[in-house]
Amino acid sequence: MKVLVAVKRVIDFNVKVRVKPDKTGVETANVKMSMNPFDEIGVEEAVRLKEAGVATEIVAVSLGPQQCQETIRTALAMGADRGIHVLSDAELQPLAVAKLMKAIAEKEHPQLFILGKQAIDDDSNQTGQMLSALLGWSQGTFASKLKLEGGKAMVTREVDGGLETVELKLPAVVTTDLRLNEPRYASLPNIMKAKKKPIEQLTPEALKVDVTPRLVTLKVEEPAKRQGGKKVGSVQELVDKLKNEARVI
Amino acid sequence: MALLVIAEHDNKTLKAATLHAVAAAAAIGGEIHLLVAGKDAKAAAEAATKVAGVAKVLLAEDAAYEHALAEDVAALAVKFAPNYSHVLAPASTFGKNLAPRVAALLDVAQLSDISGVVSPDTFVRPIYAGNALATVQSKDKIKVITVRGTAFPGAATEGGNGAIETISGAGSAGLSRYIGAELSKSERPELTSARVIVSGGRGMQSGDNFKLLESVADKLGAAVGASRAAVDAGFVPNDYQVGQTGKIVAPELYIAVGISGAIQHLAGMKDSKVIVAINKDEEAPIFQIADYGIVGDLFKIVPELDQELAKRQGS
Repeated sequence: MKVLVAVKRVIDFNVKVRVKPDKTGVETANVKMSMNPFDEIGVEEAVRLKEAGVATEIVAVSLGPQQCQETIRTALAMGADRGIHVLSDAELQPLAVAKLMKAIAEKEHPQLFILGKQAIDDDSNQTGQMLSALLGWSQGTFASKLKLEGGKAMVTREVDGGLETVELKLPAVVTTDLRLNEPRYASLPNIMKAKKKPIEQLTPEALKVDVTPRLVTLKVEEPAKRQGGKKVGSVQELVDKLKNEARVI
Repeated sequence: MALLVIAEHDNKTLKAATLHAVAAAAAIGGEIHLLVAGKDAKAAAEAATKVAGVAKVLLAEDAAYEHALAEDVAALAVKFAPNYSHVLAPASTFGKNLAPRVAALLDVAQLSDISGVVSPDTFVRPIYAGNALATVQSKDKIKVITVRGTAFPGAATEGGNGAIETISGAGSAGLSRYIGAELSKSERPELTSARVIVSGGRGMQSGDNFKLLESVADKLGAAVGASRAAVDAGFVPNDYQVGQTGKIVAPELYIAVGISGAIQHLAGMKDSKVIVAINKDEEAPIFQIADYGIVGDLFKIVPELDQELAKRQGS
């Protein structure tokens, strides 16, 4: 069966983000960009499904500027077979992304669409659920275990109280949580091979999707800085201060 | 203007997260209705009628809603959502799973994890692990919102006088089926509502060593949490995780033990009122945000702390 995997290009998780002085957003010029960590987990899961003989083809999908092709190449080097890139320099919000992904799903007919549970830039945690809703499919969000058998997907989900297991009718959307797997590093030969794998380029217009933003960001600010850094010399002093100065115990 | 809050509950009682979502609805202003979708959920609905500020409770009972499967509950919510200006849910795993599905079916954007209300169409929400705050305006007719619990003090569980209206939806669409759950059992308070939290990181070295923290936690009436590193290492289950992609907490007192202070962990706890850090590495970033830091070996300091608390409790 065919598996689609969404990969988003985001500011690398190690970069300390800085708010722009004009409050229009965060600094992205000359900042290292990488694949969203949850999407790496998604690609890894798809590759494992292929290695297990369950998936037959893996298509990595990314939406955004031309540089998204680098993110797709990373997925191809990890083991995806081909890529689809929807080129757009406009701001793509989760609803628009879900609509574009839906259009792609309708062209590709996958049995499974894997997305990261959230992107570490806007922290929205929406796209997978929206995509599932628009397609009228089942959804297994925040997955820490995924098993496909008998035309169904068994998904163990990380929920606030612990773990929950649901059985999904296929086709399904699954979003990844941290404990699903540990993504591999692409080997040099696979990075070389990935350069020859095909990437199809599309546009929102060609997919007939209106991507006009529904949300307007009025400003982006830095949160108030926390005053910390005080040290105490002993446990006794700590307990005294918690009791008499902070009055929290 | 009326607002619909989708209640998180276990069919018997309302989850605390629901009260925070009601508080956010009150901050927006308007008549507040609560949707209780469940099975044999009368008790939860009755609790909902008493929540301060709630004018009406919509109760939908169907086997399909027992475990809050997003596919089925979203379809129900969408049926009634057009009567409302806002649809809110807690930014818990329940709300995060459900609300985007509701938004997409209504063809509206969602505002995730709001931490402030500026006006009925403008909200503040953290982005980039809380390293930036975005003020965002929605142009949609219905605003679908998830609410960061720590940003809104919970509505009172008494004082309301809402009426119950029984409604019905399509029930099960047959897309998904609940199989079971393994929920952590604990006598300690829930992380997201605890007044004190004692959290351990990679420095704890093993799951067994978390007993040291549990002993301290029990003397303080605290919940026990963990950093992602400790969860990934298998020391404790996933539901202990505090951070950008785990639980967001803001207790009166947060004691971070053997936690270095990665950005994604700080994102989950930096709004705590008082932060204590215990770490052997004095350069650890956690100390920069800690009100009180102790540099040293946690395996010496934590038992000392435990004894000191025991001593003072005894006196």
